[in-house]
Amino acid sequence: MPLWMHIMPELTLVQAINQALDQEMERDERVVILGEDVGHNGGVFRVTEGLHAKHGGDRVVDTPLDESGIMGTAIGLAIAGMRPVPEIQFEGFLGPAYDQLVNHGGRMRTRTRGAVTVPLTVRVPVGGGIHAPECHSDSPEAIYTHSPGIKVVMPSTPYDAKGLLLASIRDPDPVLFFEPKRVYRSFKEEVPEDDYTVEIGTAKVVSEGDDITVVTWGAPVFQCLNAMDELPEDVSVELIDLRTCWPIDVDTIAESVEKTGRCVIVHEAPLTAGLGAEISSLIQERCFLHLQAPVQRVAGFDTIMPYYKLEMDYLPEAPRIQKGIEECLAY
Amino acid sequence: MPIRTVYEAKIEHMQILDEDGNLDKKLAKGTLTDNQVIHLYEQMRICRELDEVAFKLQRSGRMGTYPQNKGQEANAVGSALAMKKGTDWIVPAYRENAALFMHGLPMHYVLVYWMGDERGSKMPDGVNITPLSVPIGTHMLHATGIAWAHKIRKDKDAAVITYFGDGATSEGDFHGAMNFAATQQVPLVFYCQNNQWAISVPRERQMKSETVAQKALAYGIPTMQVDGNDIFAVYKATKEARARAVKGGGPTFIEGVTYRLGDHTTADDARRYRDPKEVEAWVAKDPLIRTRLYLESVGKWDDKKQKTLEEQAKKITAEVVRTAEEIEAPHASDMFDSMYAELPPQLIKQRETMRTSSIGQNPEQAGLKASPERV
Ligand SMILES: Cc1ncc(C[n+]2csc(CCOP(=O)(O)OP(=O)(O)O)c2C)c(N)n1
Ligand SMILES: [Mg+2]
Repeated sequence: MPLWMHIMPELTLVQAINQALDQEMERDERVVILGEDVGHNGGVFRVTEGLHAKHGGDRVVDTPLDESGIMGTAIGLAIAGMRPVPEIQFEGFLGPAYDQLVNHGGRMRTRTRGAVTVPLTVRVPVGGGIHAPECHSDSPEAIYTHSPGIKVVMPSTPYDAKGLLLASIRDPDPVLFFEPKRVYRSFKEEVPEDDYTVEIGTAKVVSEGDDITVVTWGAPVFQCLNAMDELPEDVSVELIDLRTCWPIDVDTIAESVEKTGRCVIVHEAPLTAGLGAEISSLIQERCFLHLQAPVQRVAGFDTIMPYYKLEMDYLPEAPRIQKGIEECLAY
Repeated sequence: MPIRTVYEAKIEHMQILDEDGNLDKKLAKGTLTDNQVIHLYEQMRICRELDEVAFKLQRSGRMGTYPQNKGQEANAVGSALAMKKGTDWIVPAYRENAALFMHGLPMHYVLVYWMGDERGSKMPDGVNITPLSVPIGTHMLHATGIAWAHKIRKDKDAAVITYFGDGATSEGDFHGAMNFAATQQVPLVFYCQNNQWAISVPRERQMKSETVAQKALAYGIPTMQVDGNDIFAVYKATKEARARAVKGGGPTFIEGVTYRLGDHTTADDARRYRDPKEVEAWVAKDPLIRTRLYLESVGKWDDKKQKTLEEQAKKITAEVVRTAEEIEAPHASDMFDSMYAELPPQLIKQRETMRTSSIGQNPEQAGLKASPERV
């Protein structure tokens, strides 16, 4: 093979998702994209840019401004054997679609004992840090993790985004695919043009370490890396990017915590009843005799996500994470 | 059984002041006095200036995403004048700033808000305006509820107006609001600013009904279309709607046919999806142009007055920007303070420590001796 074939293009998260959508639409004619402004305008974040021109208005559809309508009709499309990939413009607007997703999407398979299924992938930009308007910066992943029947995925890198999106579209069940908007264009990495998937429900060890485990997902992965840079040289942190909120890859977490004996969980969503609480409980169940410190959570406060002047005070940024790690280590 | 017609309908469109400044005197009778027209013209011009200033603030990094009102001001000022300031509630979307100002909202509040600060929604006492609705098409239910309260309490001479866009009428909550308002016969004016676009989606692809106004027919709500760039038509329709409301005649629907002359927001670039020729055609229908033409035709306006107004608009908006930017920065603790009437202990702790972590918040509780050296 000539050398140039090994040179992979570097893509942003936006470009990686765009490529995955494009390739899957070519591969599988059942795939349709629907949502507000996803067609002619290519989506407000330009994630679907060019797809309308290439695949046509019947497969890349500008819908009316109605999230319940988008989710509900996507469920119908899926029941009928299509592979809909609806977009909800921002996580804050999942609200009107909640009933459709939770009371229909998540329940259909088991209500019908497998006779009627909903292979649906809902793409949703998520999280804060981009100075967006109110209701445009939330992190509702725990709400949907707590809603049975739905898988919840949140990649933090372009490579994982493409692989997880392809896996989600091919998954026989509803998947809520959260895209951290703070990472959309923050960096590029090599993404193979080939078809590949990243298995849903598998966490990734971002960096190996022996002293303490840090578990996070989405944009805070990079805040954790920043925090780790500030720690003394001799502190060795094992950073785990969960990648999938549900089903949780408890094995990867437990294996790590059994080794380190300490764990800090970091998420943007409010502390109380956040995913950190669930993970902390799983660690307590699996690693009780290995723990050398209480599991520490560094999260958003139990307030609404403030409008952007205060959003950086709300978000778990590197200094707060660093403190959390140091305290857990000192215990 | 023969087939018979059980329902027939028509939608009327009212225009009183055309785009060349010609007034239909018969229809205009009893509507706006020339002094009121001058007042509304000034309000529109000042609001337009604020829009330009806000745009520049965003572009120079002094403000976040902002949605311009440009081209739609007649809807705001005409309807706001027809409602009763201090008594009536306004339940707005975000393209009727001039209406909010006319009902007592200090202008700098709008800038404070879009500068990323909730204090821009902290309405002064006596200003009956709800904060703008970020989730599109959901707030009209609140307007219905507020109007319902007026009805239950038998409030005299009180009504509500709610504003929303053409796109908003696709949301389920819009239909719920219409149905509740009609079945409860509440004193409410539904004012749809049909500016032809919902971000990149034009009205023809947003809905298949030829008018937005006809949607109200299905709920048994009296409805009409007005030229939304014509302050006379907007005022007259809203005035009549309010009169019906306070007499116990229930809600009215008004579709103001207008146009979003700017981008959706400063985060949008409408050139990607909109034909510039379409925009040009609407520039000619600008409410400011025709109102000025009318005032000139009746000898109430001239270049000198125009110049004075423009200078005044610049002065006012410069002052508004200064006031907005001089407000002291919010404190991180502000995000906690208004969460509940009484803060739960967890929030008090989080506010005190600015921490969520168990060890960091309370070392003793976590079994750790509280010694600062340890952390
Ligand atoms: C529930 C919800 N969905 C989507 C959005 C994103 N969004 C903001 S404005 C807008 C278009 C609104 O169109 P329209 O109602 O016609 O009002 P206009 O902006 O034209 O005044 C959209 C889709 C939102 N804010 N809320
Ligand atoms: Mg509109």
